Amino acid sequence: MAAGFLSSEFVHNYKRNASAIAGSLILVVFALIVVAGPLMVWQNPYDIAQLDLMDAFKPPMWLEGGEARFPFGTDGQGRDVLAGVLYGTRVSVLIGLSAMAMSCVIGTTLGLLAGFYGGRLDAVIMRIADIQLSFPSMLIALFLMSAFGTGIDKVLISLTAVGWVVYARTVRGSTLSEVQKEYIQAARVAGLRDGKIIRRHILPNVMTPLIVVATVQVGTFILIEASLSFLGVGVPITEPSLGLLIKNGFDVLFSGLWWTSVFPGIVIMALVFGINLFGDFLRDELNPRLK
Amino acid sequence: MLGYTIKRLLQMIFVLWIVSVIVFLMMSFTGDPVFMVIPIDSTEAEIAQAREILGLNNSLIEQYAVFLKGILQGDFGRSYVYRQPALDLILERLPATFEIVLVAIVLAAVVAIPLGVYAGANPNRASSRAIMSASLLGISLPSFWVGMMLIFLLAVQWQMFPSSGRGDTVDLGWFRTSLLTADGWHHILLPALTLSLGTMAIILRMTRAGMMEVMRQDYIKFARAKGVSRRGMLYGHGLRNAMIPVVTIFGLQLGDLIAFATITETIFAWPGLGKLLIDSIYRADRPVIVVYLMLVAVLFVVINFLVDIIYTWIDPRITVK
Repeated sequence: MAAGFLSSEFVHNYKRNASAIAGSLILVVFALIVVAGPLMVWQNPYDIAQLDLMDAFKPPMWLEGGEARFPFGTDGQGRDVLAGVLYGTRVSVLIGLSAMAMSCVIGTTLGLLAGFYGGRLDAVIMRIADIQLSFPSMLIALFLMSAFGTGIDKVLISLTAVGWVVYARTVRGSTLSEVQKEYIQAARVAGLRDGKIIRRHILPNVMTPLIVVATVQVGTFILIEASLSFLGVGVPITEPSLGLLIKNGFDVLFSGLWWTSVFPGIVIMALVFGINLFGDFLRDELNPRLK
Repeated sequence: MLGYTIKRLLQMIFVLWIVSVIVFLMMSFTGDPVFMVIPIDSTEAEIAQAREILGLNNSLIEQYAVFLKGILQGDFGRSYVYRQPALDLILERLPATFEIVLVAIVLAAVVAIPLGVYAGANPNRASSRAIMSASLLGISLPSFWVGMMLIFLLAVQWQMFPSSGRGDTVDLGWFRTSLLTADGWHHILLPALTLSLGTMAIILRMTRAGMMEVMRQDYIKFARAKGVSRRGMLYGHGLRNAMIPVVTIFGLQLGDLIAFATITETIFAWPGLGKLLIDSIYRADRPVIVVYLMLVAVLFVVINFLVDIIYTWIDPRITVK
């Protein structure tokens, strides 16, 4: 199995694709940050006992007045910008991944049901999807957050509420064409129950296109979450994501204290760029039309 | 065609009705509006009286009926903060947002379509690869951060552009425009550029994908064989056929631009709808939020309708059902 995968066309193309390799390297670095980020810095930026207001607004270490303790400077509370970014990356990535997983499960389930049973259920689900798709995700999420108030759980609910549609549509489309095929009819004749047919036979055959959708969606979610937090309706200040760090930096940008917003911005850009590079590669590989 | 139009109109009304129900329900379940209109230290009797006047003691259905009737008559209530009709507030801010979105989408199209055609027609050149990488970066950038960096470098450090506001406007009677003054253009460039980057990248990628698909078709080779110039082939035969998905994306992007204008306007203190919406969310100024949402819903429904009509016009093979 493993040997088969290593000599497959997928791996062969991956080795020859510089941007796919670059993208996955970026993602490996971020995976390390998510798993071990807090171990890489000496300060826990959210433990007030470790903060000292005397350290506020120190510039990065290579500038005059900077210290090696704070390689990328500090914010107004004397928080190490590097530590803040590492902790914030964790929040951003976990929100992106969890919201994607929730959207994927809910959307795929609804898409399978709609495609398999058709009829009124299908009409209702797809009608909701149509209406929702005519509004930008960002605006729906903004509206939901303004009603819910801040909180990581609320961000997850809002993102899932906008994210399920794309899975439902994709899965419904592929399910409709799978249901026509002989092996499904054979399974029916063999007396399998609907639930089993859907799970064991249809689901594995409609999964492939979802891989690309899911990958790219993590990046989109991270950006939407950052935008919501930037507007002050995302995560709470006790658990800042990269977007909230940028917002805090924006408040002092006009005083020339650029480092508090520049570094989180660069990190979020690198993160989403890595996801998109890898997503692009997956799209080319998994889309049979381009081969 | 007439039948189709009528069917679509009914659909549009249905969608708007659903939106009104959702907006109403969300607004009813979040917070108590009583304290937005009377002081927080009012007596029990005053609170009860205010509740009665606001109609908060009626059932949800009755409240919705009043709400819907108001909307249909163009009466959305008064802003709790500005004490003027919410609709007037929104209409007053509309031109500023309209202009920034217009400049952004034109900027995006003018830059992205030629680059997309080039990258699609010459997919293997190093320059095309560079264009594609840049566009991927464009999608990956948080636009608000780009706006902040532009402000920091061009407005704060080098003082080439103003960092906020709309500049001088000209009153055209029903519309205050800043596009007719040099100062207005000076103010609009940075926010419009910030807003357009994401759209630029997406239109570029769609145009390229469409062109790559089209360039493989026989009619392209045929056009070359019959002596059409390369430019004529790319734009006359290629782009025209590659445009269909791009038009859809244009419609969707217009929606996204309006949505993301909330952020851009907040950063650049641009006096448009988006900034008004964010300010109103902070202050729980419910009537203004409701007008904004309903107006935007109408806009999107109309944009989607127009996109469908434009399809049939670009590609006569598509007939509406």
